[in-house]
Amino acid sequence: MTMREKIEEAAARYPDQRSAIMPALLIAQRERGHLPGPVLEEVADILGVERIWVYELATFYTLFHTEPVGTFHLQLCDNVSCMLCGSEDLLKHLETVLGIMKGDTTPDGLFTLCTVECLGACEMAPVMQVGDDYHGALDVARMDALLDSLRATAGRVASVEHASARPPGE
Amino acid sequence: MFEQVLLKNVDVPGGHLLSSYEAGGGYQALAKVLREYTPDEVVNLVKQSNLRGRGGAGFPTGMKWSFVPKRTGKPTYLCCNADEGEPGTFKDRIIMERDPHQLIEGLAVSAYAIGAETAYVYIRGEYVTAIRRLEQAIAEAHAKGYLGTRILGSDFKFAVHIHCGAGAYICGEETAMLESLEGKRAQPRLKPPFPAVAGLYASPTVINNVETLACVPHIVVRGPDWFRGIGPNKSPGPKLYCLSGQVRKPGLYELPMGIPLRELVEDHAGGPLPGRKIKAVIPGGVSAPVIPQHGLNVGMDFDSLAAVGSMLGSAGVVVIDDSTCMVKVATRIIEFFHHESCGKCTPCREGLNWVVKVLRRIEAGEGVPGDLEQLEKLCKGIFGNTFCALGDGAAMGLRAALAHFRDEFVAHIEERRCPFH
Repeated sequence: MTMREKIEEAAARYPDQRSAIMPALLIAQRERGHLPGPVLEEVADILGVERIWVYELATFYTLFHTEPVGTFHLQLCDNVSCMLCGSEDLLKHLETVLGIMKGDTTPDGLFTLCTVECLGACEMAPVMQVGDDYHGALDVARMDALLDSLRATAGRVASVEHASARPPGE
Repeated sequence: MFEQVLLKNVDVPGGHLLSSYEAGGGYQALAKVLREYTPDEVVNLVKQSNLRGRGGAGFPTGMKWSFVPKRTGKPTYLCCNADEGEPGTFKDRIIMERDPHQLIEGLAVSAYAIGAETAYVYIRGEYVTAIRRLEQAIAEAHAKGYLGTRILGSDFKFAVHIHCGAGAYICGEETAMLESLEGKRAQPRLKPPFPAVAGLYASPTVINNVETLACVPHIVVRGPDWFRGIGPNKSPGPKLYCLSGQVRKPGLYELPMGIPLRELVEDHAGGPLPGRKIKAVIPGGVSAPVIPQHGLNVGMDFDSLAAVGSMLGSAGVVVIDDSTCMVKVATRIIEFFHHESCGKCTPCREGLNWVVKVLRRIEAGEGVPGDLEQLEKLCKGIFGNTFCALGDGAAMGLRAALAHFRDEFVAHIEERRCPFH
């Protein structure tokens, strides 16, 4: 299905098109990676709603990204339960090994590092969301293993998509 | 061991599938109400059970349903609050991931009771697995005739739609959730009118939490007397408790309402980590005022916790041990509320900003005499003066931390450093 078809299918669930803006933005973000102005305008046009309605939602809700994020969006929970189980040390470790500060993206575009509020998985604190997946009971060793596996995934994707391109960092 | 009712299927392999749910007696409550009860009789069953809302406020569910006006000429909507943003809470996620049909059956029975033909389940967008599992379960239920038109041969028709949130704690506030469902920024509405009269699209609307809805089929099958026989008479039933923080066995526990907090933490969740002592416990998500170690005999139900100045809230039980600085915990909690303030009203938006600045400087060893009095003054300015309960929760939490752990705050200011570093 095209993005337009997916959005129209989602919109059919509501009596009012304005209700479909949030689902439409989630669909658009999955398709396009992030939500710059032209994508917001495209969404508004598909739904036939005011552009300002779309802009205000895209900037109010934290899961919408109007700026690009890395291939892997590392979202480390630093709310109370995770803090009590060591999330601060994990953040420092991530900043050190990735060479970036919280909020930044690595120069190769692979990782964006953020802290987020409670992910609702406190039984496996400290927890980090990467894309759709939760990773719990993290410590430094498990975090390093996770980063390695993400890099390996990216390597495989890159070698399929760009067989002739140089690996990142060279 | 307490019989597992709400969590019966969660550890069963494939427990999220319709076949597994049916094998355990699933959808018999729906069949029973369609066969034997009028909608009003279902409302009365739930009233008799004394079921109170599991989202945090503890409002009697049957009474909430009875506020829905009839024959308004508008559709009635059922909304399920599955936004679960209260830090320390993960019960609804586990129900939706591992036993989504329990929620769907609860939705169907409840919709029949209030006369709704459409339900929206508002799930926080981070819960990707829960969203996928619930989508699959809705499709299965539809294919088998538990959803759709002429359900189980009756005249009842009912559809369930998922609406994904996009990261806003305030959507847990029911009128903010309705604004969000209508495609607006999630800011609470002035009440009245209450949602039962004018909610989603200005139509009669009932909003119930996932766990609340999950209780409903069991009340139908086992009867209200069974439900009321568990725990305290005024807030009875099986209850899900989310244990996390500095405790040996964090996890989700199903136990009677009213169980002593100490028993929950020390017996069921294994007590403190090796070599540590419990200092305090947050009993109901970070909105709930902290309870110091000596207060842990309190019962985990709405009335008992309210009587000691805290609340059951979402039953997110966060255990804090003696290695942890309470100023740091309080700072992190208020930073959270400040971040999540929707910005609509001034006491919350500006007050919490100010509170965070003062707390951060105290934690950094840069606090000055008068800071604690300033914090109390700010709490007074916020509490009771905000549009919704977000500001109240923040002020109540900070007041409790200041009351029970004042010596730690004072030590930070006098020693000009954090004593825990």
